[in-house]
Amino acid sequence: MAELTNINKQDGAPELRWRARWLYAILAIAFVGLISRLLFLQVLSGERYTFLSENNRVRIKRVAGTRGMIFDRQGQLLVDSRPSFDLIFVPEDSSDPQNTLRLLGRYLNRDQAELLKTFEEGKSRAAFDEMVLGRDVEWSAVVAVETHQLDLPGVSLRARPRRSYVDGQMAAHVLGYLGEINQRQLTILKEQGYALGDEIGQYGLERRWEELLRGQSGGQQVEVDALGRRMRVLHEVTDVPGYTVHLTLDRQLQAAAYEALKGKEGTIVAIDVSSGAILALASTPAFDPNVFARGIKSEEWSGLMKDKLRPLSNRATQGQYPPGSTFKIIMAIAALEEGAMNPESFIQDPGFFPFGNRQFRDWKKGGHGAVNLHRAIVESCDTYFYQLGAKLGVDRIAKWARAFGLGEKTGIALDDEKNGLIPDTQWKQKRFRQPWFPGETISVAIGQGYVTVTPLQLANMMAAVANGGKLYRPYLVSKVESLDGATVREYGPELIRSIAMKQETLNRVQKALADVVHGPGGTGGAARSPAIQVAGKTGTAQVIEMKSAYLKSEQLSYFNRDHAWFVSYAPVEKPQIAIAVLVEHGGHGGEAAAPMAKKVYEKFIEMQKPVQENKQEARADGANRAN
Amino acid sequence: MQIDRRLISHFDWPLFLLSLAFVAVGVMTIYSANFDLATGHAGSLPARQVTWFGLGLIAMFIAMSFDYHYIDRLAYPFYAMMLVLLVLVMVVGHSGGGSQRWINMGFFRLQPSEPAKLAIVLVMAKYFQSDEPGRGYYLRDLWVPALLVAPLVILTLIQPDLGTAIILGIVFISMILMGGLRIRSFACLVGAGLAFLPIFWRFLKPYQQNRVLTFLDPDRDPLGAGYHVIQSQIAIGSGRIFGKGFLHGTQNRLDFLPAQHTDFIFAVFSEEWGFFGCAVLLLLYFIMIVYCIGLVQRAKDRFGALLVFGMVAIVFWHVLINVAMVAGVMPVVGVPLPMVSYGGSALASMMFAVGVIMNVSMRRYVF
Repeated sequence: MAELTNINKQDGAPELRWRARWLYAILAIAFVGLISRLLFLQVLSGERYTFLSENNRVRIKRVAGTRGMIFDRQGQLLVDSRPSFDLIFVPEDSSDPQNTLRLLGRYLNRDQAELLKTFEEGKSRAAFDEMVLGRDVEWSAVVAVETHQLDLPGVSLRARPRRSYVDGQMAAHVLGYLGEINQRQLTILKEQGYALGDEIGQYGLERRWEELLRGQSGGQQVEVDALGRRMRVLHEVTDVPGYTVHLTLDRQLQAAAYEALKGKEGTIVAIDVSSGAILALASTPAFDPNVFARGIKSEEWSGLMKDKLRPLSNRATQGQYPPGSTFKIIMAIAALEEGAMNPESFIQDPGFFPFGNRQFRDWKKGGHGAVNLHRAIVESCDTYFYQLGAKLGVDRIAKWARAFGLGEKTGIALDDEKNGLIPDTQWKQKRFRQPWFPGETISVAIGQGYVTVTPLQLANMMAAVANGGKLYRPYLVSKVESLDGATVREYGPELIRSIAMKQETLNRVQKALADVVHGPGGTGGAARSPAIQVAGKTGTAQVIEMKSAYLKSEQLSYFNRDHAWFVSYAPVEKPQIAIAVLVEHGGHGGEAAAPMAKKVYEKFIEMQKPVQENKQEARADGANRAN
Repeated sequence: MQIDRRLISHFDWPLFLLSLAFVAVGVMTIYSANFDLATGHAGSLPARQVTWFGLGLIAMFIAMSFDYHYIDRLAYPFYAMMLVLLVLVMVVGHSGGGSQRWINMGFFRLQPSEPAKLAIVLVMAKYFQSDEPGRGYYLRDLWVPALLVAPLVILTLIQPDLGTAIILGIVFISMILMGGLRIRSFACLVGAGLAFLPIFWRFLKPYQQNRVLTFLDPDRDPLGAGYHVIQSQIAIGSGRIFGKGFLHGTQNRLDFLPAQHTDFIFAVFSEEWGFFGCAVLLLLYFIMIVYCIGLVQRAKDRFGALLVFGMVAIVFWHVLINVAMVAGVMPVVGVPLPMVSYGGSALASMMFAVGVIMNVSMRRYVF
């Protein structure tokens, strides 16, 4: 040890000893600093960073539940969710995405440049996110991709149920359509599990029965790594398909109604008089809900919105028209019940009715001669009803119109149903702050003036006339079933009110209505059919008074024409079905509307024959439920 | 060898046990960082780190086996060897991650910049061991140590290895301060350093410049350069007070963390053991450093005190820079966490350094 140089320094290093004290201070500062930082990160901000780390690793992949099917009353499929395939590409799974797309283009006979363009546009997405190259691709493309799977790394097909409306436009307004959920709906429905991009019923039954049709969407909570690769499934919720909905609608009858209307603007409503079940409800022009199912293009949408013939409007529930002469049924019942007129006494019709300083003209120049109530209905004599109106007064007319459900929503399960309007003195006062002028009653008496109704209301009125005064709530859905066939909900007739009427009143009105079609001089002769006895009333609703409200001058010639009505039921003995037909600007009801009703009745009889017994059973069943 | 028994009785158990603790934490965390949930294996790295620990133990015992005064003679040869190795790295070195840092030695790869850190301490201790002038050292007195350090710094910057270069520089400054540099001279040095900062900036590689800019504003490029810092902070923060548990760190397991088993191992540890674990680990480092400062004060002579100081300065700066970087309060530079990060050269060098401290500690009673 002696050879070592500084062996003699036994007091160590005094300067260093002194300086080392500073080291404690530096050390303390450094470690307090580090600990503070960790406190901040782990204790104070721990929650936020935990959220961020979960956010990092967890992706949610949703699978929408298959939407429920819709069947008609005979069990025929109306709406289905058919399988469709989207073409998916994950570029990260391919070593040479451009080349893969070139190959894909060749296999699918698709424009390669277009595929590459889609690829370039989608580049900003997160890594490993799917890129949709095509939606609802045709079957040949599915086969091609499956066959060449090995040459096409990263390309895959994703099955996805797509709504399919079997008969296209036929029942569009009843069935409705789906659309992507909008921002307003999303804020309201978020808690029910809706998410951006979900489809939701936007119209018709699809909208009103959304809750039951929709099913529960399932999904996976997937853990991904830093590259976005799926590592494992953390949680999984299986999707639950929506319920199957059975309608009261009859597909064949609906088809007949739609066919009858084709090329016209109008609506046909057919109701089962013993229950209020809607058997057919067609409105034209219609739209094809399948267009919405595949994703409507904005120009298609604006086309539908701007169409002057308003294809998106359901004329049966949303169209409000003057009832015209069909209102005479209400007038006749009111007259008989209120004792305002002896039905057997004749009046002389010179072709006009002087009232105040005005002359109200009959539709028939020269008049109908001597008419009693029966003839007045059969020939639709205006003069008779002018007089009757003057005797009844508007309030008693309104009372009976309302008893039959006119001027109020029927409560059918379709959105945005309109009220129509039955005016009275009170209403006039409230609406215009004016007293009712007696002259206005004269217009009301023939279903003009302020009176408006929806075709559905008139169909329901006819059902009540046919069944002896039972006003049912029209309904479309008879049964909701789960996929395994268990009944979830069941709907039957719902009586709104029983209209108390003398049997004599009914007999007289029903007889007159039958003679409108079958009697001499009846205005509804065009509905006469060898197959079935029909009772009904024609109507011609003038639109001139309304023109300023919604018509443009260049269309006046067409839109000026009268609306044609035919409201009816059949068979005359033991009525089963009531039908209201409205043809917009169709002219005379007897000429334009009655033949359409005839077609539907004939279809009704034709399809009823083989299943006569079942029908009767079902009706008895329905009647029981009503009691 | 009559002193052997006395030496054994003075064996520095606290330092030895602390070192074991760090290595144990290291191996455990390396295991977790490489654990694959699917296969249930952690690969070969934990075992390799254990092997390196064995080599480190040998280095440690060699470092304490002889009287540390021999280091006075060994300092320059050791320094020269490091210089040669660093030049060799430039010529035959192995590249990884954009820089050339390793020499392939057949069954392992040596990273000479790690033992080079020790060489600085050895030559500085040798230079400053003689009594300092009463007036203290002026900058002009320091041209010899500066000349000794400069080639090492330049060679590591060329690799490029900014982290090691910074450690070399900062240890050098620590040593000259401890050795007796006048405070005023130090102030001049700092001033000059600040003045040269823009030139230094231009000398940095673009990715290094990026790291500094990213540190100043991590949101500048959250998916690029800022990604590592952000993910590292998320890992640490989401560990919260008690951590997610061993092998349950999701940031780690799902590869959101960069350099999980090397420079960012502290983030892995933090995520799984939380603030509690971090505090314990930092406390262990704190105890070790405080203990060593005590040794600096109690060392038998100036040479021993400087050796201990230099070695513990290496530990201190590594811990400070590494944790601060991982926790997002310093730009990202590649500096390992002593005895915890994966890396054979770093572990063996660090254990050698501890061995030197233990050597001084054991022999402070010996006359």
